[in-house]
Amino acid sequence: MPRIVVDVMPKPEILDPQGKAIVGALPRLGFTSFSSVRQGKRFELTVDGEVTEEILAQARNAAETLLSNPVIEDVVNVEVVEA
Amino acid sequence: MTELPLIGEAVAVAANPRLAGAKIGVVTFPGTLDDRDAARAVRLAGGTAVELWHGDTELGDVDAVVIPGGFSYGDYLRAGAIARFAPLMSKIIDAANSDAKLPVLGICNGFQILTESHLLPGSMIKNDHLKFLCRDQVLRVENNTTAWTLDYEAGQEITIPLKNQDGQYIADEKTLDALEAEGRVAFRYVGFNPNGSRRDIAGITNAAGNVVGLMPHPEHATEPGFGPESLDGIGGSDTDGLGFFTSVLTKIVGGDK
Repeated sequence: MPRIVVDVMPKPEILDPQGKAIVGALPRLGFTSFSSVRQGKRFELTVDGEVTEEILAQARNAAETLLSNPVIEDVVNVEVVEA
Repeated sequence: MTELPLIGEAVAVAANPRLAGAKIGVVTFPGTLDDRDAARAVRLAGGTAVELWHGDTELGDVDAVVIPGGFSYGDYLRAGAIARFAPLMSKIIDAANSDAKLPVLGICNGFQILTESHLLPGSMIKNDHLKFLCRDQVLRVENNTTAWTLDYEAGQEITIPLKNQDGQYIADEKTLDALEAEGRVAFRYVGFNPNGSRRDIAGITNAAGNVVGLMPHPEHATEPGFGPESLDGIGGSDTDGLGFFTSVLTKIVGGDK
């Protein structure tokens, strides 16, 4: 079954408190090469059958209306992944 | 809605009998916590509380709506994001935007639902300190002309409980400037900003003043013996939140107190 993957990230200008907490924890485990972390979300939408242009458009629409909140988040990627 | 009284019947003190004719709907979603407290607050203020279910497709004849706090849909996706698309919410959104300007109050998760619904601008993200925080919070009533704040003095400081994890109010600078310029910051945190909210904003109103959202919980400060004063005596009173409910009831029945 093909899947449509949607990636959502907090907007760059918005402080990401979760990412901030993670970047604080990394050095404690010896991971000292990372100066910043931002945490986003990945959605996998499974499609029964072929991913048509129409279905892809639906996924983009869903990404903008439900999967993300444009006030605080950006949809950074919508792509088809064949199983 | 029936419930056992805690220390007595939820009877309003010296309320105008006319207020009882005003019906305030209280919405319950899966995961809502504070619907019963909100309904009790309506009754303590002298009004009639009406249970509303998120799956209802009709709003009925309610005169105002409270969207109470809790964790609708477990805060999955984003706080309020799934509740926003409940069948009843589209009716509430239409009624709030209609000429009748249905008064709507969103408390905590209800505020998050109202921003997800675009009835109010901005959004809430996790508290800047990342912890769930529960405390008695002092607020300043910045706008006492909304449907839900008429019974307060402009600039009045009130103390009501605050309890949340995703309470940091954010919006872009342009939106914040517009809110300030139009007097739409309804409540501001005083003395301590508990979550990193921009410009200490605790609650906002829409331009018409019928839709109000805030993170702290007025419905938990409506009954002597169960409010902030009884816990730590920080200078507020137990019933500072009652004014939200008397305000809207008074407005509905036509201004006579």
